Amino acid sequence: MADQADFAELAMPYMSALYSAALRMTRNPADAEDLVQETYLRAYRGFGGFREGTNLKAWLYKILTNTYINMYRARKRRPEQVELDDGEDFYLFRRLGGLEAVEASRSAESEILDKIPEAVVKEAVEALPDTFRMAVLLADVEGFSYKEIADIMDVPIGTVMSRLHRGRKRLQKRLWSLAEERGLVSGAPSGVAGQ
Amino acid sequence: MDCDDAIHKIYGFLDGELTVWRRREILRHLDECPPCAQGYDFEMELRQVIAMKCRDEVPPELKRRIAEALGYTSPEA
Repeated sequence: MADQADFAELAMPYMSALYSAALRMTRNPADAEDLVQETYLRAYRGFGGFREGTNLKAWLYKILTNTYINMYRARKRRPEQVELDDGEDFYLFRRLGGLEAVEASRSAESEILDKIPEAVVKEAVEALPDTFRMAVLLADVEGFSYKEIADIMDVPIGTVMSRLHRGRKRLQKRLWSLAEERGLVSGAPSGVAGQ
Repeated sequence: MDCDDAIHKIYGFLDGELTVWRRREILRHLDECPPCAQGYDFEMELRQVIAMKCRDEVPPELKRRIAEALGYTSPEA
């Protein structure tokens, strides 16, 4: 059993990561702050049930996820964006001309990545439907394993994999369209039919 | 392993979720196929960019609020 006196020292270092995830989930700072505070309160109260030696970060994310579902999903007003087509694997890379001309300058795609502003990346992540967004955040931003994500989201590993697969493709599609809107990329490069 | 197969499995590879045997198969394909290898590099870089650009600083006021709610005087103290 974990000692509550150790809670602050052990759990506080994760606040920045939890706050970033909370912002992506709630999409606004006031709600994100409430969500993080509520997560810490629940974690503190439940800390006696935390098994020492297991993954504290994953445990905190599980509480964050459940709290988010309880507090926000029920009263969500914003409808999910309807998007039937997930896009393909390597969507962004293909749009940038990758896989087409081997001889072409290979740094071009990387340069685009550097140029994508933080706000655009955040907007693209926040546009994902709830369940995809959570999976992508846990895997790509926080680096949790499939098994940990399955535990945090309380779904089978196969579900995690399919949400990740679909979420990532949609994310790339969204990044591409936002980059296009902002003139960061100019139409389709040679050999690729853009749209 | 062909390109479609490799591309499909690259995410599992990047996630560190493939068996040693599968990893070896993909690495062999990447060695032989420069476009796929570039794609792999791109996906890896993209993931780093996403992780890096999705970080936000915690408002000091929130730190203070939480410390207070938990009965600690200051998180920094």
